[in-house]
Amino acid sequence: MIENLKHIFGNKIIDYVKNYDIDTLVAKKEALIQMISFLKNEEKFDFLMDLFAIDYLGYPDKKFEHRYEIVYNLYSFENNKRLILKVPVTEENPSVDSIVSFYSSADWYEREAYDMYGIVFNGHPNLKRILMYEEFQGHPLRKDYPLKKRQPRIDLK
Amino acid sequence: MEILEKIEKIVGKNKVEKLDDGRLVLNMGPSHPAMHGIVRILLTVEGERVKDAEVEIGYLHRGFEKTCENINYNQIIPYTDRLNYVSPFINEVGFVMAVEKMMGVEIPERAKYIRVIMSEIARITDHLTCVAANAMELGAFTPYFYLINSRELLYQAGDMVSGGRVTPNYFRVGGTSFDLSPDFFEFTRNALKELDKNISDAKKLIERNRIFYDRLKDTGKITKEEAINWGFTGPMIRSVGVDYDVRKYNPYLVYERFDFEIPVCFDGDNYSRYLIRMEEIEQSKKIIEQAMEQIPNGPISSDDYSVSLPPKEEVYNSIEGLISHFKLTFEGPKTPKGEIYFAVEGGNGELGYYIVSDGTHKPWRVRVRPPCFSITSAIPRLIKGGYIADIIATFGQINMIGGELER
Repeated sequence: MIENLKHIFGNKIIDYVKNYDIDTLVAKKEALIQMISFLKNEEKFDFLMDLFAIDYLGYPDKKFEHRYEIVYNLYSFENNKRLILKVPVTEENPSVDSIVSFYSSADWYEREAYDMYGIVFNGHPNLKRILMYEEFQGHPLRKDYPLKKRQPRIDLK
Repeated sequence: MEILEKIEKIVGKNKVEKLDDGRLVLNMGPSHPAMHGIVRILLTVEGERVKDAEVEIGYLHRGFEKTCENINYNQIIPYTDRLNYVSPFINEVGFVMAVEKMMGVEIPERAKYIRVIMSEIARITDHLTCVAANAMELGAFTPYFYLINSRELLYQAGDMVSGGRVTPNYFRVGGTSFDLSPDFFEFTRNALKELDKNISDAKKLIERNRIFYDRLKDTGKITKEEAINWGFTGPMIRSVGVDYDVRKYNPYLVYERFDFEIPVCFDGDNYSRYLIRMEEIEQSKKIIEQAMEQIPNGPISSDDYSVSLPPKEEVYNSIEGLISHFKLTFEGPKTPKGEIYFAVEGGNGELGYYIVSDGTHKPWRVRVRPPCFSITSAIPRLIKGGYIADIIATFGQINMIGGELER
């Protein structure tokens, strides 16, 4: 499967490793929609198990210069196979295309990634905070958000 | 207008919004007896039919993932208890196994069996809570007590081995903290016998009960394709005919040694979810009985002292034991640099941990894949078109647990 993907997407695939017997693929964000569509329709990855972001600010000896990585955790029930697809996103432009049209479960996962990391998902139907309240300032899971930072008081509505 | 006036009489003025086309916007929750405390559903209703719904969560967010980035691996274990607080053992098993796999630690056989037994006890308590609360919300109050009584006995079994009823903090990276207490087996066997009796009592009251049946049958229906697309796992996906269970498809611990089955229904409604939960209790019981038969004697934690604490005699009598005890208590276990995803079967479905380590004693990032997150996000799809009263049945069978939903 990996050979097949490499053949089709060529230099859009930046890296491929096996993390403790799970295939992990790193791809450019321009190719995301194409790739997700290929994986879902051709390779039968019918479950989107999880979608979240990781902040690599200050991570020792990191592989890529990009600050964030968005992780798509896919599972194929038919082949009983997992695949983790990672898409690096820069600090200046933390945005990526939404995949809600492929997986309905991406809806809330993308909202959570937006809430926690401020990553914008282009084309998401309802991109707003999910766990935090509307008036919350900043994005709490970013590495530069202090653990004990206080938030301003908000007025009662 | 008449309905609006009636409703306003009950809930007060300006609590209900009336749209131009005659539909009403109703607020269900966050403090509503059937919303399990913390979920708010904004309903747009036409008469008694739900036309549109929006779910709002976040009332129980405690920053679990942020906290984890600042403490060491063994300190995280008590926090994982508070994810799915009706089946705490499974959360712990998932987390410690992810860390162990990362470190390449092999744990003794006895510890594996203990983990299986405690996980299955937790699964039973999870399903019992779900069915009991669901029955109570639908008006059947007596079965609630039958089921909760046996849940209490199983909680006590957990209390016996760990010292904590709901938040055990029992497993450690590299094994368990204590061995099973000597009378644990007898107590659990009695508890399971009691469970049998209570379940058959409760079943007599609800399973073929006209009201219970009618309110669950054909409500909250979903098709197989949609359920897969929404990322359902656990009893929810098994109710549409997909037998996905991590214990069978990616066996961990010693699950492949036991004889058990994965119940599947094909209707995709609330009643089939109820049937699956009841059958899973039976299967878990089978696993516990087999595991209690097969459990070997031996050590309960790894003999690698950079992972698990050395026995007290060594700590007091040898310098090496003292050093490893000190290092492990203050720094905690150390993982190599890397990333891992590890999933176990929780009460609600696949419970996964994605851990990123930077090679120190603290994780760089801990992501929990909460099974009921994607299921809760599908609530609007499940309740649209049904009656307001169906929301109670559907919401109960989803088994949304605030702790793992919002972490």
